[in-house]
Amino acid sequence: MAAESLSIQDGAQEKLMSGYRSNPNSAFRRFLAIIRELLDSPTSAFGLVVVTILLLTAIVAPLLAPYDPNVVDLGNTLKPPSSEHWFGTDELGRDIMSRIIHGTRISLTIITIVSVIVGPIGLLVGTTAGYFGGWYDTVMMRITDIFLSFPSLILSLAFVAALGAGLENAIIAIGLTTWPPIARLARAETLTFRGADYISASRMQGASALRIIVKSIMPMCLPSVLVRVTLSMATVILTAAGLGFLGLGAQPPLPEWGAMIATGRRYMLDNWWLVAFPGGAILLVSLAFNLLGDGLRDALDPKQR
Amino acid sequence: MTNERLTAFTRQAGTILATLIGLLILTFCIGRLMPVDPVRAIVGEEADQATYDMVAERIGANLPLWQQFFRYVNDLAHGDFGTSIRTGQPVINDILHVMPATIELATFAIIFGAGLGIPLGILAAVRRNRPIDHAIRFVTLIGHSMPIFWTGMIGLIVFYAMLDLVGGGGRLSDYYIGLVPEATGFLLIDSLLAGDMEVFRDAVNHLLLPASILGYSSLAYITRMTRSFMLDQLNQEYITTARVKGLSKNRTIWHHAFANIRVQLVTIVALAYGTLLEGAVLIETVFSWPGFGQYITNNMLIGDMNAVMTCVLLVGIIFIALNLLSDALYKIFDPRTR
Repeated sequence: MAAESLSIQDGAQEKLMSGYRSNPNSAFRRFLAIIRELLDSPTSAFGLVVVTILLLTAIVAPLLAPYDPNVVDLGNTLKPPSSEHWFGTDELGRDIMSRIIHGTRISLTIITIVSVIVGPIGLLVGTTAGYFGGWYDTVMMRITDIFLSFPSLILSLAFVAALGAGLENAIIAIGLTTWPPIARLARAETLTFRGADYISASRMQGASALRIIVKSIMPMCLPSVLVRVTLSMATVILTAAGLGFLGLGAQPPLPEWGAMIATGRRYMLDNWWLVAFPGGAILLVSLAFNLLGDGLRDALDPKQR
Repeated sequence: MTNERLTAFTRQAGTILATLIGLLILTFCIGRLMPVDPVRAIVGEEADQATYDMVAERIGANLPLWQQFFRYVNDLAHGDFGTSIRTGQPVINDILHVMPATIELATFAIIFGAGLGIPLGILAAVRRNRPIDHAIRFVTLIGHSMPIFWTGMIGLIVFYAMLDLVGGGGRLSDYYIGLVPEATGFLLIDSLLAGDMEVFRDAVNHLLLPASILGYSSLAYITRMTRSFMLDQLNQEYITTARVKGLSKNRTIWHHAFANIRVQLVTIVALAYGTLLEGAVLIETVFSWPGFGQYITNNMLIGDMNAVMTCVLLVGIIFIALNLLSDALYKIFDPRTR
């Protein structure tokens, strides 16, 4: 993975930089060009469409859901899928489709907060470590190594156990375990153009280290970091669902998909729809982020094809 | 040993030491952050203040944090990993007791994952961009994207509840439990030692589904990596040369390309084996498998501090060791790194 990402540079930089230098209109055109490129391949188009649907569903969830996700209907428990309840009902008679639709809001919250935390932290740690080098680099990379020496789910589990179960703590724990690979990547990228002529040029013109990092290095790392964050989201979705399933993430009655599967587990042998549909939703979203990430890599880096 | 190699060796030893110290700090922080009062956990809710103070004094709960940390490291250095609050046993004994179940599961999973993943990866690379390549990539992508606990449940619903092909949860059916004496903790070995084929068959029957589902998740990774390693080789000129000189396609693939990626594959499989621990946490919960994964989850849910700290430390050490092992394998088998 690292070796692959290392080579995402030249073409990608020019493509993205062209958007930075010129007016907002051409940046927008550049954005459209990337979207068009994503839609060209069926797999990344699928990823883009599913992620867009997820976004829209989360926004209009109450309008879209046929029932209230939390209303208990004890006369209608454990009903298999039918024309009234497309995905059936759960042990309390709640409509599973409505719960999955409302669950998109939780998934989207997790994804948004985690990316907002890990993108900038990873970028900042990686670029500064790569640019300054020396003992600062050594310390920072030792720290990321320690985090990287754990599978992400086990470390998140440990953090949640320390902080207490719940959705907020699960998000913090996932954030804590997601930034190190991004920092590693940003550092590797920084190292490759730390010695470039244009960096020396701006240093000789008297630009401060901060200015060089923010203005010249960070934009160069952006494409690969963006690809990496998108791919990480596939793992984040799985980890969040896993925590919810183990009872350490979102707590019932929240319609979080992993937690829904955990409660459905007791009835699953006779009522498959309790676990099949929420799990299908997790698989779909995780798959979509993987495909979108692969597509973005192709779109931002023509060399990879 | 030349001077250069000595320096490299010292540097690597320093790195390992620094990572280990970091690991200790991390587990210590996790332990101290936990919302459990370690003294209260030992003396119970009803104990009076005098008892509380006495125990606090004995375990050093009122010392400054850095002194507590040194105490923690000192205990570890003497092989004392603390006592589990839940079972009252030394944590390390508990872990040694549950480990065989997980190793049995993970070993079968990796045999499945590597045994199928490597051939699939080679096939995908050789038939690059053909339908078979797309099909293989699709299957591996699904394996990479699926929530493993969900796949486990669907497997149980289909193969256990509907088709009745495999055993359900647990390592054995209820009526077989305790029939063979526990010698190694590995049920397959124990039942063979006792010569009880019925128990052996039942154990295999219970192992099949969780191991293949766990293996599927590592298959995805192994196939992807094999494919990209093979493509790297196949694109090189020596392959063209070999073909031009009249070597058959099969011989080129197996004797040249594959021979060159063997070392990389060994390291990948070693790392995948470690990653199985993660899947084991979830799959063991689904299948009520009494292994390390279930042990760690149960203790996290009830906040058994010593057990959680030791488990996290152990996972970290296993990963560091696997990384070192794969580095060492590179150095031994790849003459270019010497």
